[in-house]
Amino acid sequence: MEFMENVFVLPFLDIADSPVFFLEVIISGLLSGVMYSLVALGFVLIFKASGVFNFAQGAMVLFAALTLVGLMEQGVPVVIAILLTALLMVVLAILIEHMMLRHLVNQEGIILFMATIGLNFILEGVGQIAWGSDVKKLDIGIPDQSFEYAGMLFNTLDLSAALIAAIMVTTLALFFQYTGTGRALRAVADDHQAALSVGIPLKSIWIIVWSVAGLVALVAGILWGTKVGVQFSLVLIALKALPVLILGGFTSVPGAIIGGLIIGVGEKVVEVYWGPAFGGAIEGWFAYMLALAFLMFRPQGLFGEKIIERV
Amino acid sequence: MKIRNLLLTAAGMAVCAVGIMESKIAAAEQFFPMLVYRTGPYAPNGIPVANGFRDYYTMINARDGGINGVKVSFEECETKYNTKLGVECYEKLKGKGATLFNPYSTGITYQLIPKARVDKIPILSMGYGRTAAADGRVFQWTFNFPTTYWSQASTFVKYVATQEGGLDKLNGVHIAHIYHNSAYGKEANPTLDALSEKYGYKLTKIAVDHPGQEQKAAWLQVRRKRPDWIFMSGWGVMNQVAIKEAVSTGFPMDHFVGNWWSGSEADTVPAGDGAFGYKSAALHGTGTDWPVIQDIIKHVYGGDMALAAENKVGEVLYNRAVLNGMFGIEAVRTAQGKYGNKQMTGEQVRWGLENLDISNAKLKALGMEGFTQPFKVSCKDHETGGPVAFQQWTGKGWQFVSDWITPITEVVRPMVEEAAAAYAKENKITPVNCG
Repeated sequence: MEFMENVFVLPFLDIADSPVFFLEVIISGLLSGVMYSLVALGFVLIFKASGVFNFAQGAMVLFAALTLVGLMEQGVPVVIAILLTALLMVVLAILIEHMMLRHLVNQEGIILFMATIGLNFILEGVGQIAWGSDVKKLDIGIPDQSFEYAGMLFNTLDLSAALIAAIMVTTLALFFQYTGTGRALRAVADDHQAALSVGIPLKSIWIIVWSVAGLVALVAGILWGTKVGVQFSLVLIALKALPVLILGGFTSVPGAIIGGLIIGVGEKVVEVYWGPAFGGAIEGWFAYMLALAFLMFRPQGLFGEKIIERV
Repeated sequence: MKIRNLLLTAAGMAVCAVGIMESKIAAAEQFFPMLVYRTGPYAPNGIPVANGFRDYYTMINARDGGINGVKVSFEECETKYNTKLGVECYEKLKGKGATLFNPYSTGITYQLIPKARVDKIPILSMGYGRTAAADGRVFQWTFNFPTTYWSQASTFVKYVATQEGGLDKLNGVHIAHIYHNSAYGKEANPTLDALSEKYGYKLTKIAVDHPGQEQKAAWLQVRRKRPDWIFMSGWGVMNQVAIKEAVSTGFPMDHFVGNWWSGSEADTVPAGDGAFGYKSAALHGTGTDWPVIQDIIKHVYGGDMALAAENKVGEVLYNRAVLNGMFGIEAVRTAQGKYGNKQMTGEQVRWGLENLDISNAKLKALGMEGFTQPFKVSCKDHETGGPVAFQQWTGKGWQFVSDWITPITEVVRPMVEEAAAAYAKENKITPVNCG
């Protein structure tokens, strides 16, 4: 009886009792969702262009953040360190294309997926060998202060992340929709051979998309690194992106954002109001449950492309 | 072809000879297996721990020539703080002459406890693992001295009482326990519940999912419920994020107290200056101003302070491993007092652990006077209810801000015995008679 009350009565009374706090929970969820979306974006970009689920996206975030903070520790100024890290991510994309992807053209998606698992281990290992396993503080000047407004608490880092994510998504959406390269990327994602037959340079396209995914990883690494410190556990933020991808669809840039926001708000509201009834710490579980529930009705996700195949 | 066969035979004989030599060397050495995690999400915590053990064992050989002439040997096995890998490491190393395991993970400890009595290799889970193992009548092969999670939680409550004006002033005080949602994180809950009933403070329990990078929901609850004090049972990234979130939320840092696994230097890094004033429980001193640490710097690092600092010498978790390493070495030395100055077996080391007497005089002789508190293990009490101190982050290091506080044993010990009795019943163990 007490459990039923905790699930069906008390949470609603709590919400009614303090609507301002409820609004704060929602805004907090939206801001957390943006952070998930940043990681999910990297997955979407590569999946869109090569049809492969990049298992190494989390490791790319770690690698980029470790390199950036490592360079800064060597005394390299922030702006130059960011530019050098971005350049390194482009070089990494070229290496991945040369050493991995070009040998796997037209292979099954699962083969490419397995290759990215190998890449994940390489990036994790190389990053730690080069820069160590210590927790490092990352401060590139993004303000990180809290302030109260209308009875709610806000953090400038969270707000900055939301702004950066909004700019990034808009840019990427425009790039994919309205540029020749963007159309070529989508063509490659649909069919490698068909894209090649109409003269799309597959290798260049792959380098471009892995570079862009690397840059997205750098931005995610900067924001997450500023938030939690640069350390190995940045790899695990990929786990937060998975339900976002399932929900938003693997091929949609706006889907990654909307999915992130839904997951962010959903898990925060559920944890704060319904968590105590289940012993707490249910947000991670809830995110996957929500994503699975969506899968039952829209297997391609909210914004994913519907796959129609001749059988 | 003949030459090839000859070469192969020679190579084979050489391999056999080396094997025989190694086994002879092993026979004369006291082998300490090391379950370490130098990689993975918990590496920032695992590296100083692994270095502490390695350096203490190395120093014992270099300074003392081993334990009463018996050289110390050790081998690391990487667990990534993963229970499954930890059990694999145990199976791999137990056959190499292991006579004592320090699992360094509550999850791994839970898995190894049933194996210990079968394999006759004792487990020392110093300040972690299963609290009920403090009852030596049921857990003959497991030791968790000098103190446990439950005792620690009770010292936290006593510490809060000292700050609030006495135990009688706890009535109405609101304490929140933010914990890692795992067997480890939940360990303190029963004690905090029992003491809440006894002293009348309000207790709010807030779980954080592994690994703890995202804690907004937990801190929204803190913001809403506004506890007076927070006690944290975290590990790894969870600690760092929690301290940062506490700063963001504006929670007073001197009322935010971590357990002894939530109080290392690494935990304060992301919050930077904001971590100033954060507190944690402590089992031992930090820094390098201890004779034992100076001996390590001299004998292991040749006096190279920079190299020592690079290896985390003097940090909280490093010093904890040195303390833990000392307990193992002294257990062997105690056993040698009975069985002779030779390599000890698992059963003999178990006897050494059960008869370990870390007196003040012994601590002084070991270069650890004031580093930790004296205690004496017994057949019945594998914990000893050792005292706990509280330390505060000054921005550069940790500083003790309390005396050594003794646990509330009249509450904790009956709970331990009840839990041990339940374990004994469930696992059909007949408790030994300790006389």
